[in-house]
Amino acid sequence: MLYIKCPYCGLRAQKEFSYGGDATVKRPNINEEVSSEDWDNFVYMRKSPRGKHIELWQHIAGCRQWIKVQRDTATHEIFQTAKVTEEIR
Amino acid sequence: MSQPFRLNKEGLINRNKKISFTFNGKKLFGYEGDTIASALIANGIHLVGRSFKYHRPRGFFGAGVEEPNAKLQVEFNGHSEPNVNATEMELVEGLSVTSQNCWPSVNFDVGAINNFLKMFFPAGFYYKTFMWPKSFWYKIYEPFIRKAAGLGVASIEKDKERYEHKFEYCDLLVTGSGPSGLASAYAAAKNGAKVILAEDKPRFGGTLLTDDVSIDNLSGKDWAEKIITELKSMPNVTVKNRSQVFGYYDHNMLVMFERVSDHLEKKSKFTPRQRLWYIRAKETILSTGSIERPIVFGNNDTPGIFLSAAAKEYMKVFGVLVGKKPLIFTNNDSAYETALEFKKNNVEPIILDTREEHSSELIDEAKSKGIDIRFSHGVIVANGYKKVKSAKIGKLNKDKNSFEKIETIECDCICVSGFWTPSVHLASQSGNKLKYEEKIDAFIPDKKKQHETSVGAANGSFTLEESLKNGFENGSNLSVKITETKTEITIPNVNEKKYGAHDKFWCMPLPKNENPKRFVDFQNDVSVSDIEIALREGYRSIEHVKRYTTLGMATDQGRTSNLNGLQLVSNIENKIVPEVGHTTFRPPFTPITIGTIVGREVGMEYMPTRKTPMHEWHEKNNAVFVDAGAWKRPRYYKQGNETLFEASKREAKNVRENVGICDVTTLGKIDIKGPDAAEFLNRVYTNAWMKLPVGKARYGLMLREDGIVMDDGTTTRISENHYHMTTTTAQAANVLSHLEYYLQIVWPELNVNVVSTTEQWAGAAIAGPKSRDMLSKLYTDLDVSNDALPFMGYKEAEFFGVPSRIFRISFSGELAYEINVKSDHGMFMWEKMMEVGKEFGNQPYGTEALSTLRIEMGHVAGPELDGRTIPSDVSLNGLVSKKKDFIGKNSLGREAFNVESRQKIVGLIPIDRKSSIPEGSHIVQDQNAKLPNPKLGHVSSSCWSVENNNPFSLAIMKDGKNMIGKKFFAVSPLKNKSIEVEVISSHYVDPEGKRVRS
Ligand SMILES: [Zn+2]
Repeated sequence: MLYIKCPYCGLRAQKEFSYGGDATVKRPNINEEVSSEDWDNFVYMRKSPRGKHIELWQHIAGCRQWIKVQRDTATHEIFQTAKVTEEIR
Repeated sequence: MSQPFRLNKEGLINRNKKISFTFNGKKLFGYEGDTIASALIANGIHLVGRSFKYHRPRGFFGAGVEEPNAKLQVEFNGHSEPNVNATEMELVEGLSVTSQNCWPSVNFDVGAINNFLKMFFPAGFYYKTFMWPKSFWYKIYEPFIRKAAGLGVASIEKDKERYEHKFEYCDLLVTGSGPSGLASAYAAAKNGAKVILAEDKPRFGGTLLTDDVSIDNLSGKDWAEKIITELKSMPNVTVKNRSQVFGYYDHNMLVMFERVSDHLEKKSKFTPRQRLWYIRAKETILSTGSIERPIVFGNNDTPGIFLSAAAKEYMKVFGVLVGKKPLIFTNNDSAYETALEFKKNNVEPIILDTREEHSSELIDEAKSKGIDIRFSHGVIVANGYKKVKSAKIGKLNKDKNSFEKIETIECDCICVSGFWTPSVHLASQSGNKLKYEEKIDAFIPDKKKQHETSVGAANGSFTLEESLKNGFENGSNLSVKITETKTEITIPNVNEKKYGAHDKFWCMPLPKNENPKRFVDFQNDVSVSDIEIALREGYRSIEHVKRYTTLGMATDQGRTSNLNGLQLVSNIENKIVPEVGHTTFRPPFTPITIGTIVGREVGMEYMPTRKTPMHEWHEKNNAVFVDAGAWKRPRYYKQGNETLFEASKREAKNVRENVGICDVTTLGKIDIKGPDAAEFLNRVYTNAWMKLPVGKARYGLMLREDGIVMDDGTTTRISENHYHMTTTTAQAANVLSHLEYYLQIVWPELNVNVVSTTEQWAGAAIAGPKSRDMLSKLYTDLDVSNDALPFMGYKEAEFFGVPSRIFRISFSGELAYEINVKSDHGMFMWEKMMEVGKEFGNQPYGTEALSTLRIEMGHVAGPELDGRTIPSDVSLNGLVSKKKDFIGKNSLGREAFNVESRQKIVGLIPIDRKSSIPEGSHIVQDQNAKLPNPKLGHVSSSCWSVENNNPFSLAIMKDGKNMIGKKFFAVSPLKNKSIEVEVISSHYVDPEGKRVRS
């Protein structure tokens, strides 16, 4: 079970979090024209890297904040966590 | 009464307490402190089971967790447990122990015919033989293999025992209380660290209990006791025996299995049987020791053959002789200690040493005691079927590939030692890649991946001096980093016997013209020839050899067989062991009970039960409940002998004709506040929200970004910047996370806050043509006329003195209202409604009637919004704004969403107007068509229409409305039904929606 450092609450067990996917995906702006290709990329296309991956987790059984976690998908090592408003590296 | 193999005084057992038990029906005695194994051996019983594949007679081989054979069925505390390791389970009064994998008895086993047919059971036998014909697999082969290969019998009774889970955090977890573990724990504890010391066995001390050593002039056992006593007295230390750390998971989380009470004769009903510990440790000391490995020889699985250290442990810990005519077969010095222990107990051993004649401290001592030592000798074949009677031995030639001077000597046990294998399972589980240590012919931990440090024998240090030094140093260094306190400890003086070099010898060659089985893996019956076959057939990777032969795949995880298997493969392949590599260690290290994994999460404790504030009333009024997530909702209120069908029909009819009330507390409720709330809703919902006035509700539809409907519900504008959103019961949590995602990540510039208020409000729906009349009696001071409180209107008013919210919204399609009061007032509200509603014929209705009402109105719910439908599929495209952007809008233009023949919602009625259509039925053109019969759609929701008095269903069907008027078949192979149906509109009742507005 992972041990995730919530930037608001501190180290908490994985049980308290839910996973939210790739954190680097940016939604096309609302009310702006978007090409089909860009839209499809946003909705469907995700990389599945082996190694470092910046992803979203929500501390659902805690402060309910969505946070960024940089994790190694193969070893589960967590390098860094941050608020969603902060940049990772 | 007598125990013929019990020594007079040796051992750590309590001779003052005799314990009776039965083995295969025979009454026997042992002492408190015995294991099942030691008590049986004391009684001279060795044959306890039959092997997995060949049903060969098997006895005990080890004295602890390494035991591959002695898995027994044990009955105690009124339950029966299979595959209990007899070398680990402690004896308690009244145990009933039986052999397994044998029929009709362990002494005469029909399955043993496999042993004589063994030429037909080579490696890969199951794969090869039972592959063809394919149709035979399920009916003939599989049940046969199951029966033949069965281990114990799992109980079908409910497990009445109590199991617990515990979460713990510590600075240092020490896994094993041998010398290096004790030293580590002690040093860390002295530095002020929070320490947990776990020992698998009942007694602390590990090899200190059996080795002839002294530390600071105390015997190993006394020193261990002194350290443990001191550790127990320290408030920062938790010391646990009967506790096996079996798994090393991510981020230094280790899981430990504690056997709390199986060894107790009496316990309170609150004492758990076993406890699972989740331990998050900052640092871990792996002091798991090492396990002796055997040397492979002919018929080496015969009962009476033991690991030499196990034989010593039976003498020193349990005061039990494994035999009175022992043959010791070794390639190293450690078995000499076993020989000396026999000698001390007036038993004359013979030592066969594969090494050439040489001298060492132990060899010299054995010689001086007059022990018969035969160098360059080994056991070729053990003789005896159910127990060793003699051994054919021979003198090994220089190349050790052949032997001469073959003779047969009598013996009643063979104690074998092929040197020591560090227990590296936890290190390996932690991600440590392990490295091969030539000096000890075994793998030891390599570079760490987590915060683990292996010490002592687990790290390949086989001397006491090294182990202690290792332990004290690592325990101190690891803890000082955490506590920043250092207490100096003097490393004690050690007196131990020095071992000479061991012989790299694994396997005795076969005698000429004889072909006895030489077992590598006892538990899975894998022999040398099986490994040879696998290699001959082209399997090269050790992982493939393992799976093909099943070597090391039994519950003992190959503790005594893995390395011998690797050596064999490397010998045959002419590779060095590190090139062959090792297989992966996986948790759990030892089998653990399912009960422990489950813990307290059974029955009612499986998950929290959510009850509405009116729950007690429902209970008192014969509600039959249904689970809606964690919620309990009344499905119907049973009157007399009513069936579900009758009751729900009555309740639904009463809503259509009079008025009914329904507990709708479980609906998700989200409070939305902030100056940008309207803009936010406008982006979240598909329809327009900017112009909703205060005091009005609106039905809203929410999509995922891929255009699929996520949820629906009404949202009401309570005040300028304050909205009250409702979601379906099932989606409440997801919708909240969804909103939080957009507010926190996508549009942080929007000034909006959301919070769940589901638990804060109790809700009741009042539905039916007489609901306004009833409402006017509930709110006598309020104008509830259609003009004052129109459809989708909202008002706040006092409900008999308590604040309440009135929403004129409807799920049933009738004139209806929903009243919310604070949860604390829920029961008050409900009872008042029941009282006031009497004159209008009010009756409570449950979810079944609620479904009926919404289905015949064509209102969609979960079964239609099943994660595959877009708004136009369920006739909700009217709610999709063309003017503004919203979540998922861009996906709605996708080609596949806009083809004319796309599946859409329709209604179905059976042609006979009688047959109910099972939900999940497939719609087909021709019920007799050849399979696969093309599927045109499926039935999503079914009910008995109370309005029209016949069955009615909603379906999602290809070509949707174009099919109206046509006839098809709804087939349910599951219910074995085929019903001819006609497609009609999904709005079966009041298609214009007049009633809700009336
Ligand atoms: Zn948090």
